[in-house]
Amino acid sequence: MMCRHPNFMIGVLLTGLLCVTALVSLVWTPHGFDAIAIADRMQGPSMGHWLGTDQFGRDVATRLMVGARNSILVGVVAVGIGLLVGVPLGLLAAIRGGWIDELVARGSDVVFAFPAIVSAILITAILGPGIVNAIIAIGIFNIPVFARVTRGAALQVWGMEYARAGLAIGKSGLGVTRDHVLPNIASVLIVQATIQFAVAILAEAALAYLGLGTQPPAPSWGRMLFDAQTLMTIDPKLAILPGLAIALAVLGLNLLGDGLRDILDPRLRAERIG
Amino acid sequence: MKTLLLGTALFASFALAGLSTGPANAQSKDSLTIGVTLEPPHLDPTAGAAAAIDETVYANIFEGLTRIDETGAVQPQLAKSWTVSDDGLVYTFDLKSGVMFHDGTAFDASDVVFSFDRARAEDSVNAQKPLFAAIDKVEAADPQTVKITLSRPEGSLLFNLGWGDAVIVAPESAATNKTDPVGTGPFKFSRWVKGDRVELVAVSGDNSIQKATFRFMSDPSAQVAALKAGDIDAATNLNAPEAVIAFQADPKFEVAIGTTEGETILALNNTRAPLNDVRVRRAIAHAIDRQAIVDGAMFGFGTPIGTQFAPHNPAYVDLTETYPHDPVRARELLAEAGVSDLKLTLKLPPPAYARRGGEIVAAQLKEAGIAVEIIPVEWAQWLEQVFRGDDFDMTIVSHTEPMDIGIYARDKYYFNYDSPAFKAVIKRLNTTSDPIARNALLAVAQDIITTDSVNAYMFQLARLGVWRKGLTGMWHNAPVQAIDITNARWE
Repeated sequence: MMCRHPNFMIGVLLTGLLCVTALVSLVWTPHGFDAIAIADRMQGPSMGHWLGTDQFGRDVATRLMVGARNSILVGVVAVGIGLLVGVPLGLLAAIRGGWIDELVARGSDVVFAFPAIVSAILITAILGPGIVNAIIAIGIFNIPVFARVTRGAALQVWGMEYARAGLAIGKSGLGVTRDHVLPNIASVLIVQATIQFAVAILAEAALAYLGLGTQPPAPSWGRMLFDAQTLMTIDPKLAILPGLAIALAVLGLNLLGDGLRDILDPRLRAERIG
Repeated sequence: MKTLLLGTALFASFALAGLSTGPANAQSKDSLTIGVTLEPPHLDPTAGAAAAIDETVYANIFEGLTRIDETGAVQPQLAKSWTVSDDGLVYTFDLKSGVMFHDGTAFDASDVVFSFDRARAEDSVNAQKPLFAAIDKVEAADPQTVKITLSRPEGSLLFNLGWGDAVIVAPESAATNKTDPVGTGPFKFSRWVKGDRVELVAVSGDNSIQKATFRFMSDPSAQVAALKAGDIDAATNLNAPEAVIAFQADPKFEVAIGTTEGETILALNNTRAPLNDVRVRRAIAHAIDRQAIVDGAMFGFGTPIGTQFAPHNPAYVDLTETYPHDPVRARELLAEAGVSDLKLTLKLPPPAYARRGGEIVAAQLKEAGIAVEIIPVEWAQWLEQVFRGDDFDMTIVSHTEPMDIGIYARDKYYFNYDSPAFKAVIKRLNTTSDPIARNALLAVAQDIITTDSVNAYMFQLARLGVWRKGLTGMWHNAPVQAIDITNARWE
């Protein structure tokens, strides 16, 4: 089955690379991420510095590795916030309907009306720049995404005979949600989480690029891009490498998400087989 | 797919911003737009310490009795000439006639009396009151003559009166100068778009520059991009030293590397434990590597200093070897002081010397066992929290006033230094007019603050002027805080 999804395989590979890099950086990096050596600044790749050094003589490979960790942290926590708050909201809306449903649906619409990055900029502008506030900002944006996806998928399940049969045999709404709705919408949520993970990485990079996310000296891919702007003509690798890292990570997660949807969605699977 | 597009767009947009060399805008040749890093908190130079105020209004909007020119020499301005009595205590200024303030009121001796009495008053908010300390009384002998009597000889009075803090204001408009400055200069205030720009227009139609705009942009890459795109004609002190070499190679631009009076220091809050212990402050001074900061943050533009004094001043004493870069010694000093696991905050205003220098300083202090938390702050926040609010451990800032070692004698100045010995030296300095004796006292003063390691002295800020070719009359050096465009013209 896997060979029928080459994109999925590429996604797994790239995402795996991202995770492995981040995990390795927890226990080992070639250099300290904030080890400044002015005399060695802006060197090309060498045995000592695989990807060269930046404007302060810091090891670029190390900073990219630690930056990967930073990106994953942002992705996990921001998606976590979205799942923990958004999914219960969506489920509640699906069970109760009525004004709660209206509130969740319209509330999501309102948040959706603002582009993700703009809302994140607004939130970090109010709370102050920093990685924690950036994660909160991105997480808040994730809430309506998951609420809406959950609501839609859950309503569909509630429309099925087996869900209503559950109610008929005396199960509570909560019980049916736990035993039937959640397992049936899990695949949708997994796919959405993967996509939102990529969005979160991109959003953090954009915020850091604007000076609102990760603060120096902690490395972040977006921050590295920001610092490299005026150095483009002197040392292009300082901009190209973090740019490439962002592009590959986002590409990988998107391919993974698309692939998962193809594999998990029974209708698409049926079409394929047919 | 949308997310992918976003990623590509992000990547592409920064690449474009970095590379665009943009077509030269068809600038009409009687306007001038200057990019500056910091926005002034207000526009009254007699009521604030921020250099950005003077840079906008000095010589352009407001004039003093004297002015300081590009070389640091005193020139006549509203006073066309003056005489000094033999004992050096009475200065008689002969004023220019026919000068009008921008609101149409006439300038005469009473405005001079008003301005100086206002600056010297008990409740004055002038940021440089010591400039006027020697003045006993200011009188109008007649509408065109002002007599200033001193209580003691003051060798630098004519220079002092050329500062932005000593400009002449009118009683009718003094109260509103912060938002609507009214002076006698060749440009009058037009409007201030907060967060973006201040616009000035020429008073006379003969002026070669009819409209001048100061645009505020602290982001280094924004300044570079704006210059290349022609959005600004000049940056008098480019916030991106790494771009200077590229501009030097570009035939469309002229680069002038000069000096400023900006001693860039790692300021320490002297009353906060454990920074109140001189050993801890000395440890910090030993921990920093000045040349590395100049190379790393300023791409080599700047001169390391060991005290609060400009190296191009004849009275300068090179004290950079008092605390050579020595992390081991720094650790020893910290141990002697009984300090372990020291953790300090470092608040950084927007200029590159601070934001980038701060990253290097943090790494260097870490080597000496001091953990640093970097807190970037906007300029208004810096003035509020650090300069006025006393809420900081360390900060990096450039003191761009000329001859500003006297700030160490002030009570409750932001770094909270209090030394009776130093105050005594400055007191003697103020009553000494012999140049050799003055230099000797200045040397003692430099030695005291370095011995006490009040702040960690980093480097003298260079002035990295970049402007479009064809613009002449711009200053190369900044002996006072000024962006004097009164002689600017397009060729």
